[in-house]
Amino acid sequence: MGLSPAPASFFNFLKYPFSHFHIFHIQRIINMDLLRFITCGSVDDGKSTLIGRLLYDSDSVSLDVLAMLEKRRAGGDVDLALLTDGLKAEREQGITIDVAHKYFTTPRRKFIITDAPGHVQYTRNMVTGASNADLAIVLVDARQGIIEQTRRHTLLASLVGIRHFVLAVNKMDLVGYEESIFRQIVADYQLIAGRLHLPEVVAIPLSALQGDNVVRPSRHLPWYTGPSLLDHLERVPAEADANPHEPRFQVQYVIRPQTEELPDYRAYAGRIQSGRYRAGERVRILPSGLETVLEAIEVNQQEVATAEAPQSVVLRLRDDVDVSRGDSIVPLSAPPALTRELEATLCWMDERPLKAGRKLLIQHHAAVVKAAVTTLVDRTNVATFERVAADEAQLNDIVRVRLKTARPLVADTYRDNRATGAFILVEEQTGATLAAGLITATDPEAFAAPAENALAFSI
Amino acid sequence: MDYLDRLEAEAIHILREVAGQFERPALLFSGGKDSIALTRLAEKAFRPGKFPFPLVHIDTGHNFQEILDFRDELAAELGEKLLVRKVEDTIRERGLREPGGKYPSRNPLQTYTLLDVIEEFGFDACIGGARRDEEKARAKERIFSVRDEFGQWDPRRQRPELWNIYNGRIQKGENVRVFPISNWTELDVWNYIQRENISLPAIYFSHERECVVLPSGQLLGLSEHLNLDDTDEIVSRRVRFRTVGDSTCTAAVESDAATIDDIIQDLLLAKVSERGATRLDDNFSETGMEDRKRNGYF
Ligand SMILES: Nc1nc2c(ncn2[C@@H]2O[C@H](COP(=O)(O)OP(=O)(O)OP(=O)(O)O)[C@@H](O)[C@H]2O)c(=O)[nH]1
Ligand SMILES: [Mg+2]
Repeated sequence: MGLSPAPASFFNFLKYPFSHFHIFHIQRIINMDLLRFITCGSVDDGKSTLIGRLLYDSDSVSLDVLAMLEKRRAGGDVDLALLTDGLKAEREQGITIDVAHKYFTTPRRKFIITDAPGHVQYTRNMVTGASNADLAIVLVDARQGIIEQTRRHTLLASLVGIRHFVLAVNKMDLVGYEESIFRQIVADYQLIAGRLHLPEVVAIPLSALQGDNVVRPSRHLPWYTGPSLLDHLERVPAEADANPHEPRFQVQYVIRPQTEELPDYRAYAGRIQSGRYRAGERVRILPSGLETVLEAIEVNQQEVATAEAPQSVVLRLRDDVDVSRGDSIVPLSAPPALTRELEATLCWMDERPLKAGRKLLIQHHAAVVKAAVTTLVDRTNVATFERVAADEAQLNDIVRVRLKTARPLVADTYRDNRATGAFILVEEQTGATLAAGLITATDPEAFAAPAENALAFSI
Repeated sequence: MDYLDRLEAEAIHILREVAGQFERPALLFSGGKDSIALTRLAEKAFRPGKFPFPLVHIDTGHNFQEILDFRDELAAELGEKLLVRKVEDTIRERGLREPGGKYPSRNPLQTYTLLDVIEEFGFDACIGGARRDEEKARAKERIFSVRDEFGQWDPRRQRPELWNIYNGRIQKGENVRVFPISNWTELDVWNYIQRENISLPAIYFSHERECVVLPSGQLLGLSEHLNLDDTDEIVSRRVRFRTVGDSTCTAAVESDAATIDDIIQDLLLAKVSERGATRLDDNFSETGMEDRKRNGYF
């Protein structure tokens, strides 16, 4: 004899208790896992409204901020997008320009939300947010279905390695909560998901404005039996702490007190980028190639036997070898590539187009080296996801290039290692960040052949 | 690693990037809980070495004495260099006008002192304890926030900030504001203070204080810097400060919380944000923070 269903309000109370229930959760909050997610999709699809709704309906907006919303209420509903659209220009124009970061906690999980702009002009800000996200909510306006910006953002999110996707079909209120419309959009998106090999897509019909299916299930959507958005966000597996990658560590800063008590202390401060380190193991310094023993690992001046990513630690070496900022310290097994030639996918972020031959800097975390783009291999056509020939990369283009560096880089492919496979390109003179780079190959043997240049035929 | 461990590892990583990338960094030390937490993070980042930056305090002259005493003790205990520059001196040297009114806030004037001290020492990076959960304009700012030679933030031209790769490369005259605890919430900071057993100035804990009741209902600690008149209602209440800043624009909240545990419980019940509860100056204009940042504020 099954239990009779409790009223919805009862469940909501359990799931989103008022604050005094949180008292029991202090310890749990610290131990809770964390999910970082980003909203994406085209301009006006309702990303900011959705985040606002999520915060509002989960009782995460403070009274003073609510009062601000009320003050700006223009007639009908409060404008929930104002919770994230924090810049004057954003509020004036009713669009998002740059990413906003919001933090909230439910009894199950801590969340860091990144609300991205939909406008194509601000794509680089979207990539900024996506690069640190575990999950992407791709919004689609139910009236419009999938458009180019949906494809672009999905492509970028998958490029930077996001594994969990939510297809949020929004504004269902404007299409009469019609199931067939939802089904059609899901079917259309499946083509994209298949093409990009997205590991996981969960489709949810909702209305950010009305609050249907954002935090609470909706009686307007009786045909939908899946989770509400928040339900799903609370349950989706967050990335595990211990990652399976090879151990990687790059020196950020050399600690040398040179005091009377510690005249000879010399240690290398940095963050374990991936894998696990063990005191006493043999390690190699790269790029120099010198070999020594990892004498000790220190965390907060205490020696520890092992440490793992993403801990910030201090390493002490047995021998007095030459090590400086930007060098890597890695165990002898499974070494990274040491190379002056790279193939990489770039998200080009500068107004001035990139042409082959351009000289710039690669910033590979703490290592900065001069480099040149030797070849533009191809460009991804966002409408078809096909790789086509390209002789330049314009703002927001996704291109594959070959790079030559002045000094060897200690690198892995992005597919193998999200930390050591990533870099940015920087303009030497101004310091401007020109591109996000994802290493696709470190061995020239594995480089792709440039796409056939259409012009070649006419010659 | 739990959530606090992750936040800590990220903050240490950012601090070390500052040390590695800049020639003359500084840590802007307000005397409040966030900058006190920053000094603990700096210890974890650089000990047994010294901090690769001095602590710099911009003293409005309207600070609570407890805060100033605590600041001096902490710097001495850490054995690190403390630089203090006074807004009062800036007002005199630059011929600025003292703010008027009943609650004369020197908060906006700090920007001038800050820009002067940056120029005086040629600081190329200034570390601050601002958090993104504090305010809607802060929620938009990068961790490495590039400012032009007038210290101005241009929110429409922020550099992309990808993964945890921080680009601090700047041209002469520009500088970078760095916010290692951007991703921490107020509650995270308190949980950290508790876990690390960090001591704080007494005014963070419940105490009896003479306060002026503001029209908003907020309580402002009585001080010689306020220009009160007969209409003002003075009461004695058990209060604590959720944030410390200028005594003329930082309200106290009524509270019996005597320990960090109590404060955390208080916070979990709190329905008003840190800034909403305590700041007078931001209530004046909805774009207060953004405007100040555009003009070179922290
Ligand atoms: N009817 C209806 N309107 C919605 C819904 N969600 C958002 N809107 C409206 O759509 C408009 C745009 O919403 P925003 O949340 O600002 O859109 P956005 O995706 O954040 O836009 P950008 O950030 O500029 O790309 C606003 O007028 C919202 O009120 C919804 O579910 N139903
Ligand atoms: Mg938006």
